[in-house]
Amino acid sequence: MIIKPEPTLKDLQFILEENRIKASDLLEMYRRMVLSRYFEEEIKRIYNQDKNPFNMAVGLIRGEMHLSIGQEAIAVGTLYNARDEDVVISTHRPHHHAIAKGVDLKKLAAEIFGKVTGLCRGKGGHMHLFDKTKNFACSGIVGASFPQAAGAAFAFKYLGKDNVAFAFAGEGASNHGTFFETLNLASSWELPLVIVIEDNKYADSTPKSLTMATTFHYQQGLANNVLSYLVDGMDVVDVYITAKKAVEKARRGFGPTLIEALTYRYVGHFEGDTEEYRSKEEVEFWYTVDPIRRHENRLLKLGYADEDKLNKIKEEAKKEVSEAIKFAIESPLPDPNEAFVGVFA
Amino acid sequence: MKIKGIAQAIANAIAQEMERNDRIVVLGEDVTYWGAVFGFTQGLFEKFGRRRVIDTPITEQTFMGISVGAAAVGLHPVVSLMFVDFLGAGFDQMFNHMAKNYYMSGGQFPMPVTVITAIGGGYGDSAQHSQVLYSLFAHLPGFKVVIPSTPYDAKGLTVKALRDPNPVVIFGHKLLTGLPFLPFEGTEEEIPDEPYEVEFGKAAIRREGSDITIIGVGLMVHRSLKAAEMLQKDGISAEVIDLRTLVPLDEDTIIKSAKKTGRVLIVDEDYMSYGMTGEITFRIQSKALKDLKVPIERLAVPDVPIPFSKPLEEAVIPSVNAIYEKAKKLV
Ligand SMILES: Cc1ncc(C[n+]2csc(CCOP(=O)(O)OP(=O)(O)O)c2C)c(N)n1
Repeated sequence: MIIKPEPTLKDLQFILEENRIKASDLLEMYRRMVLSRYFEEEIKRIYNQDKNPFNMAVGLIRGEMHLSIGQEAIAVGTLYNARDEDVVISTHRPHHHAIAKGVDLKKLAAEIFGKVTGLCRGKGGHMHLFDKTKNFACSGIVGASFPQAAGAAFAFKYLGKDNVAFAFAGEGASNHGTFFETLNLASSWELPLVIVIEDNKYADSTPKSLTMATTFHYQQGLANNVLSYLVDGMDVVDVYITAKKAVEKARRGFGPTLIEALTYRYVGHFEGDTEEYRSKEEVEFWYTVDPIRRHENRLLKLGYADEDKLNKIKEEAKKEVSEAIKFAIESPLPDPNEAFVGVFA
Repeated sequence: MKIKGIAQAIANAIAQEMERNDRIVVLGEDVTYWGAVFGFTQGLFEKFGRRRVIDTPITEQTFMGISVGAAAVGLHPVVSLMFVDFLGAGFDQMFNHMAKNYYMSGGQFPMPVTVITAIGGGYGDSAQHSQVLYSLFAHLPGFKVVIPSTPYDAKGLTVKALRDPNPVVIFGHKLLTGLPFLPFEGTEEEIPDEPYEVEFGKAAIRREGSDITIIGVGLMVHRSLKAAEMLQKDGISAEVIDLRTLVPLDEDTIIKSAKKTGRVLIVDEDYMSYGMTGEITFRIQSKALKDLKVPIERLAVPDVPIPFSKPLEEAVIPSVNAIYEKAKKLV
């Protein structure tokens, strides 16, 4: 387990100044992380409340549910550097990326509830979120994000745009051939691509140590001449600063970057997972470096916010979440006939 | 022993064959802790350890290729393709090598590989996790295609697969597994403790009838049986045939039944076009056309990806009611 030591106040101030990070930036990152956390906690509650005994087919939210609680700093830190036109390709665990990219929370919620008002009119569901206005997409197929993001990056380069494509994936996904094939291709073609590996230690129930010969994914990037970084995924500032370098480099035409972010998912692989494959102590340890609490402490230490201000941000996030959930619950289901249309454009 | 659903029956068959044959190894994603998620390999790790029950990285292409290579030098891999939907990530090794090497090598390299995969929707898992896709495999020469619908068959067909020198793909429907986190539409039944084989290419007549033949596999057998009960109340006697294997296909039983009833409905949870329903229709018309009283009908997923939202999903996967309505119109 590698977590960078907490910088002293002086070091932190220096880091922020050097990277021209303003108080307002840090507060906005905080807000987005909190929004993501509350949103998923609410989804978790509703998903489980009507599943006793546990049955995936019933309830307000059906099917599998993969939550990213604990991994918010990576999504927010990375995508704080993104513009709307930049492309994000996410995974089966997509909510934090969607929220960090600014996808409409109401439509996001409604999609998860299978409502016609959802991002994809109820056809996609939680693992298949698409938002053209934010250039956001994801896939339930592991390893699918790498080449698709590279494709978007290729198009940006071809069209002479200074946009960037982001591929998010878990450490498990980095076993997939698509990862190595994309690294090679993106490097050869110098594509404006940022690959972010969220190493939360487990692929389903399988610990990384059992299936991977490498400890560090950044080494796999380096083997393909891709500039690669290892960051503390529980520290939004560390992620942000590294992603900023990667994004600026990509926008200027200097090719791809790989960011490996160490993190942890506080919840099971999917809701219903009994998690006996990992110890309570391990989970507890990672709570001691909770990205949100850590950031909160820093904001206080730096004097960028007091308790009142943080509470206000939290209250507003909670309100936004409950409005989104309310919208989702109150929205109508799609008409069954809708199932038969839309295969072709 | 009493067994609820097909998952435990399949795992039981693998365990017994592993005891008999130490060349059998099990591999795939999460085959240890989660028993390949849908329970098909449950308990094997505890019994046989990591030497024979191995979690692979998420590398479908490569572990399918590993199975091809290992089978060529004498092992019998049982390989899990967690959801059939993930087949795209490993298909080349399967359809260009696993299915063809025996033929291409002029019979030098038998390919004893058993692939076990989960199929089906009905619980809101959307377009990339709810497909059935067995017709793709049945279309490719070289695969045997097995779709058990009862615990008895699940065990017997799995034992048969593990004694077969060819690649056999076993498709287990999620709603028949008997796992607590999914709806269950299967059966609980007493099955023999000892290993036994169920022949490939022998359909089961699950219900005898005289007015109409309903043909299906997997979950659709159970839904067809329920529909047949409803038809009975209307005075219609439906015969329900469970094909059990698509390759080899028991043409005789189908033709005989079609000749007897003169009316055929084929029910499929796979996509409609270019699939099982078309294939069976062709075979019936070629051998029993003059016995048919009405054109053959079919019910299948209407060539759309399985949508997420409940009313949409219910609209595309054949339901008991849809089978009943369609069958009734034929008589
Ligand atoms: C091609 C493919 N193979 C297998 C799966 C099943 N599956 C879904 S998530 C997952 C584990 C992914 O682990 P990782 O990439 O580390 O992401 P995490 O879940 O930890 O966020 C697996 C094996 C899949 N969805 N797609």
